[in-house]
Amino acid sequence: MNITLEQLDSISSRYIDVMSKYSKIIRVCCGTGCVSSGALKVYENLKRALMDKGLIDKVLVKKTGCHGLCERGPIVVLGDEEILYQSVGKRNIDDDITALLNTITENQIVDRLLYQGEDKGKKYISPKDIPFYAGQKRVVLSLNGIIDPEDIEEYISKGGYRALYKALLMEPEEIINWIEKSGLRGRGGGGFPTGTKWRSCRSAPGDVKYVVANGAEGDPGAFMDKSLMEGNPHSIIEGMIIGGYAIGSNQGFIYVRDEYFLAVNRLIKAIESARSYGLLGKNIFDSGFDFDIKIFRGGDAFVCGESTALMSCIEGKSGESRAKYIHTVEKGLWEKPTNLNNIETWACVPHIINKGWNWFATIGTPNSRGTKVFSLVGKVKNTGLIEVPMGITLREIIYDLGGGIRGDKKFKAVQTGGPSGGCIPEAYLEMPVDFDSLTKLGSMMGSGGMIVMDERNCMVDVARYFLKFLVEESCGKCTPCREGVRRMLEIVNRICNGEGKKGDIQHLEELARAVSLGSLCGLGQSAPNPVLSTIKYFRDEYILHIEEKKCPAGVCKALTEFKILPDKCTGCMRCAMECPVKCIKGAKKEVHVIDSDFCIKCGTCYDVCRFDAVMIE
Amino acid sequence: MVEFKINGKKVQAEKGETILDVAKREGYEIPTLCYHEKLGSDGRCRLCIVEIQRGNRRRFVASCLYPVENDIDVYTDSEDVLLIRKTVLELLLARCPNSDTIKNLAIQYGVFDVRYTKDNDKGKCILCGLCVRTCESIVGVSALCMSGKGPEKKVTTPFDDPSEVCIGCGACAVVCPTGHIYIEDKGGYRTIWRKKFELARCPKCNRFHAPIEQLEFISKKTGVDIEELLICQDCK
Amino acid sequence: MEVDTAQLDAIIEKYNGDRSYMLAMFQDVQRLYRYLPKQAIYHICKKLEVPFSKGYEVATFYKTLSLKPRGKHTIHVCIGTACHLRGGPNILETFERELKIKTGGTTGDGNFTLETVNCLGACALAPLVRVDEQDFGKATQAIVKKIIDEFKDEVKS
Repeated sequence: MNITLEQLDSISSRYIDVMSKYSKIIRVCCGTGCVSSGALKVYENLKRALMDKGLIDKVLVKKTGCHGLCERGPIVVLGDEEILYQSVGKRNIDDDITALLNTITENQIVDRLLYQGEDKGKKYISPKDIPFYAGQKRVVLSLNGIIDPEDIEEYISKGGYRALYKALLMEPEEIINWIEKSGLRGRGGGGFPTGTKWRSCRSAPGDVKYVVANGAEGDPGAFMDKSLMEGNPHSIIEGMIIGGYAIGSNQGFIYVRDEYFLAVNRLIKAIESARSYGLLGKNIFDSGFDFDIKIFRGGDAFVCGESTALMSCIEGKSGESRAKYIHTVEKGLWEKPTNLNNIETWACVPHIINKGWNWFATIGTPNSRGTKVFSLVGKVKNTGLIEVPMGITLREIIYDLGGGIRGDKKFKAVQTGGPSGGCIPEAYLEMPVDFDSLTKLGSMMGSGGMIVMDERNCMVDVARYFLKFLVEESCGKCTPCREGVRRMLEIVNRICNGEGKKGDIQHLEELARAVSLGSLCGLGQSAPNPVLSTIKYFRDEYILHIEEKKCPAGVCKALTEFKILPDKCTGCMRCAMECPVKCIKGAKKEVHVIDSDFCIKCGTCYDVCRFDAVMIE
Repeated sequence: MVEFKINGKKVQAEKGETILDVAKREGYEIPTLCYHEKLGSDGRCRLCIVEIQRGNRRRFVASCLYPVENDIDVYTDSEDVLLIRKTVLELLLARCPNSDTIKNLAIQYGVFDVRYTKDNDKGKCILCGLCVRTCESIVGVSALCMSGKGPEKKVTTPFDDPSEVCIGCGACAVVCPTGHIYIEDKGGYRTIWRKKFELARCPKCNRFHAPIEQLEFISKKTGVDIEELLICQDCK
Repeated sequence: MEVDTAQLDAIIEKYNGDRSYMLAMFQDVQRLYRYLPKQAIYHICKKLEVPFSKGYEVATFYKTLSLKPRGKHTIHVCIGTACHLRGGPNILETFERELKIKTGGTTGDGNFTLETVNCLGACALAPLVRVDEQDFGKATQAIVKKIIDEFKDEVKS
């Protein structure tokens, strides 16, 4: 079937017509976060309730992709961004469904379901009122939480596949010019200018070329690509077809982590429907251009996020990297020119074509144009997914959108860039977030994972965590990474176990240098970053561990003892009740005592005590 | 013709050569372990790393793989190169404390102490991959592979079982730079990779020489009659 | 372990006998048998004309694949960064204590296999536990006990 623009337009009109018959549209977020909080039950029950009331023809209930405010899920949005309800169905699903029905039929807003914000006196009704959303500029996420990701016609009705139509009327050279002028840089962590990459791939000799979308998303704490693949898979497909046309490739691959089974399913469905509408396959829009996409499921290997290892995996081999002395744009998959970009990068492409390269270039900063999706997680009040213009400061992200530190504890550091990045302390919260500023601090923006830490996180333990991760995920091909990273872990483990020696820090720094210069691929080259950045900004903490055998955050178990202060303890019994091994003895109103023989040092007592009666020794 | 500098001296090369090719020709000593003249390299050991400067850009690359380029400045003994080299040797020594090859190389490059806990379960294997590549490309049976990843990576046969396709030729043991691969000829049998092979007896001198399975393999591949192959190399 | 070669051939057919999809084939086999049996790797390699050693290399490289039989239910405790910082290790320890097995092991009755997984992308709901394909966000000690009871009963019935 060869679709035409007219057909796209008539699908849109027909869809809008059908929607206009509904007096209200209710969107239930069904991203992974909300689903694990019970969103599907909310969806089913609401539909049933509407059916019982005979309203099912007037009120449409839809499942959408990730809205972003995962902390407060399940999220239900009524109407066109009119009312946002949080935690729907968490306490009592029947009550909440009744409440929803009241809102729908009587226009009665149920206060207890509204977003609870910092300002207790303020009512946050619409998402636009909520700082978490108000501070964002949603471009690639613009349709996330709005459309049903399994409905291609809705995507079309919102302007989908018009960029593709427009692009196929342009010359490939012109498209590459636009991408170059837009300033788009790779959003997977490398930040390489996308236009330059496309141009190199286009000029590489060879008739058969490939385009690849990297959906490996191995950084722990990052789920930007996941939300895009789950929430708006067609945007990625559209971007890839445009890229294929510009570069001269007829075959695309989307590499997805196997753990993201919802994303895999959504992508498979999206590809099938795109094919059936003639948007993938032969002679798209009668342009003479053929393009198709295959999905490739990964195998839970972080190293496969690295482009050469990813390609090795697609070729059916183990995921070892290779040196990029000859770039993959010249010799990639099966030795053919291959252009690999991150999922989010591909999703930017239709926007650039639709609205023009100069529109994109006006957002962000001169060297980091456009917006970026971040996953804001950890000890922050509003954890979730946000999209903001580049150049916004860390403080704005963490405090304005994120709402500040949970439990109003003290901010300690923010970790960016995953295992390739580093920790940034409070002194640098005014730093703009873009490709280059964070790199100057010894971290990197990376793929967008932003993990907020407070006083109860130990920075030496954070370094240990990342080293352990990298040791297990190293492909093992080259000596510096395979052997060096595990020896760095050995040293840090000793430090956390109270066996640190003088000279350990210098040893770590020397080994780190050799590993970063000598490793074959990006994983090894950036493996020392977490250690180096924590040494740089938290050297004192390392010294405390090494010389005084103390862990101020109370995390390193060998260096920590929890003790209850008799003069502060009120005998409220809270700690005794919460203790997972029941090792705290004490009757009501009596001073409690921790039995250190059984204490597993989890710190729960410290965290729950309201009287500061538990001390970390 | 490609022109560049090594340690300040101008050199010339053909397009397609590696820095290592040229360095050896010009008499510069760069240590290697996983590189083999016939098999090439895939850059695993990182011992041959050199520093390349072009303009104000600095890179550290494996000289056994990096193709020669015009106008680059190659340094084979800069401070960072020596740091990488010594670190690699110290790390390998910690992994394979009983390997004389590594011990000698380490001493040659000034590594006398090992500041890490020595392994005792890696034998002398430095995961250079030469055995795997030899078995795959030269012999053509692919009996060996590298299983697992990270520090758990090891060279072995599938499931550590005797390999169905192994012909006992011992090429892997010959090419191994550290002598890690166990091969024993005793009493008319060869044991290698946990498989026992009956050795052929030369009809002329009565010595045991190659495994019968190996000779059958060669016979099938080349068409040469097995009777001819039974005659050992010395008696041919 | 007996493998049904007809089922294996169907899986190979599903991917058009394309050796690039060997990992996907292995994953499909694992969904059938709850692990990847040696004979399955052997048979697939023979059919794809790939050396057995290369199949073994792929099978041992990727963490999703298990060469040992897994329990009826696999509990995956996420140890991604956000989960690590919000008590993930404690949850893992609790499972180890309650099930009396170490991470990577399977309970004696074959009900549960306990494993860790690196970031499932539900970081806002840290710490996360995935049992088979069901997610439990903001896991607590109580939720651990609930999971063990819930899935143990399922096995009985």
